[in-house]
Amino acid sequence: MSLAEPAALPVATSAAPRLDILRRLITRFQASLPAYLLLLPSLVFLALFTYGALGRVLVDALYQRTTPKAPVRFVGLDNISAVLADPAFTGAVVNNLIYAVGTAVPSIALALLFALALSRTHAVSSALRAALFLPVLIPMVAASALFMFIFLPNVGLLDYYIGRLLPVLPNWLGDPDVALYAIMVITIWKNAGYYMLFFLAGLQAVPEDVMEAAHLDGAGPYQRLRHIILPELKPTFLFVTVIAILNAVTQVDHVFVMTQGGPSNSTNLVLFYIYQQAVEHYDIGKASAATLLTLAALMGLTALSFRTMASREGEP
Amino acid sequence: MKLIDWLTRDAPLATRNEITPKLGFLLTVLLAIVWLIPFLWMVVATLRPPSDGINTMAELMPSLKPTLDNVRDAWEIGDFPRYTLNTTIICAGILLVQFVTITLAGFAFARLKFAGKTLIFYLFLMQLMLVPVLLIVPNLSLVAQLGLYDTLTGVMMPFFASAFGTFLMRQAFEAIPTELEDAALIDGASLIQRIRHIYVPLSMPSFSAFAIISVTSHWNDFLWPLMVINSPDKRPLTVGLSVFTKTAEGTQAWGTIAAGTLMVIAPLLVTFLVFQKRFISSFVTSGIK
Repeated sequence: MSLAEPAALPVATSAAPRLDILRRLITRFQASLPAYLLLLPSLVFLALFTYGALGRVLVDALYQRTTPKAPVRFVGLDNISAVLADPAFTGAVVNNLIYAVGTAVPSIALALLFALALSRTHAVSSALRAALFLPVLIPMVAASALFMFIFLPNVGLLDYYIGRLLPVLPNWLGDPDVALYAIMVITIWKNAGYYMLFFLAGLQAVPEDVMEAAHLDGAGPYQRLRHIILPELKPTFLFVTVIAILNAVTQVDHVFVMTQGGPSNSTNLVLFYIYQQAVEHYDIGKASAATLLTLAALMGLTALSFRTMASREGEP
Repeated sequence: MKLIDWLTRDAPLATRNEITPKLGFLLTVLLAIVWLIPFLWMVVATLRPPSDGINTMAELMPSLKPTLDNVRDAWEIGDFPRYTLNTTIICAGILLVQFVTITLAGFAFARLKFAGKTLIFYLFLMQLMLVPVLLIVPNLSLVAQLGLYDTLTGVMMPFFASAFGTFLMRQAFEAIPTELEDAALIDGASLIQRIRHIYVPLSMPSFSAFAIISVTSHWNDFLWPLMVINSPDKRPLTVGLSVFTKTAEGTQAWGTIAAGTLMVIAPLLVTFLVFQKRFISSFVTSGIK
């Protein structure tokens, strides 16, 4: 061992057990001190902005404070029930569920297709991989600026080219029945190339000789995909699903730039609702209650998927 | 179909030498082209003379008389040099502090034994689960209480500690043979000296992978700086671009918007095209951005 370790700890004697325990604790602390000092800078910031933030959300959710100067009033669980009774919140939750499923499923499916098609390295595949990966690198705000023109009625890219084929086109971002799906397209465009990377990494773990053997045994491409590749990729699927769901709840920049949650709340998502409560209505209590509910849902989901992942790994 | 044969000659692992791979590959090629259309439009629209009017704005064929008028207009409307400077300061500031915090903490987890190690490890792990974006409300009030509202430091602070970076460095440090450190120990090197002269130089690939992830994600951050920053001259690129877009949208100046967008995303895209391989592998190791 390279570093000072705690000296062999004396076994407590019956004569002065308390003093001995104290001495042992001090020795252990002294031996641990360098580690604590190294961890201190990180722990300070984690304490302020992660655990502290969580604590403040818990407390803030119990109080009512609707204007900066108004007195703070303890309201217990009223904020939680107010949020749950707010049609704007429940609407945002429903939108977010549609948005999560409607972006996760297509982008993961596309990512798998891209990875299967581009898993071999040669010049063409790496150029195609780069093309599909480019959207990952640009800010959501920049993607929104581009798609705002794509979705522009009459003169926009979509209407300009598709309009020649179809006579009637919706106002993509202005129609409450269409707007949510329109912003979902941006998310799929932006994330599919990101998830592709994980499938590419996962495919490298598929044993070549098993594939060869299956091929010699006459297994067709579908059979090899179904019985060899997909089972091998199960952990990747789970991992990417978790990321896709987290993204669906945390990426809302396009809502800010393009729709502001409208028309008639059809593109309002949970995080945008939290922002509106906090910044536009200055209702910290309600914003905190909504944050808590979202965090609880996400953490439950993450814990569940990690458990699934752990139990899968235990399988033979 | 010679071209497709050529394209798929070193065909995908999953479905080699059969009809499906060619269809799948063809579909992927088509989608990759579709994926590039927004970028293509951005470049073509940037170079299109504003006098061409709104009706040909969507044309993907480049104009025969390209101009830089849109770039000039965008440059005049938005304060892009200032936004770029602010974003650079934010990303560099976050990264520098992160390098210190993750090196120290990563070393403690990789090489030291201490009381409460498991507990503290779980405290770090928690940061991965508690998505920082969702904690904007309490963090904004904390930043305000610390007197950091409307400052770049306020934008940076919540990201100074990184659990992901700590775990990455822990892994890198664990891979370094202890013999090296033992030798330095015999020579009387202090803890900090050993970290500085043995662990850090040998972990450069991990540092650069982390730098790519950190800079990319904070370069693109929008919601948090939007809430913290109030003064126009402290806006980062993303917030600046959103304000710029709002302004130019009213005048239907889509060529100018395209030019502004191009200016915002060009630095990262050029860096990516130069260091493509490194970018891709660091994203794979990162998992969560």
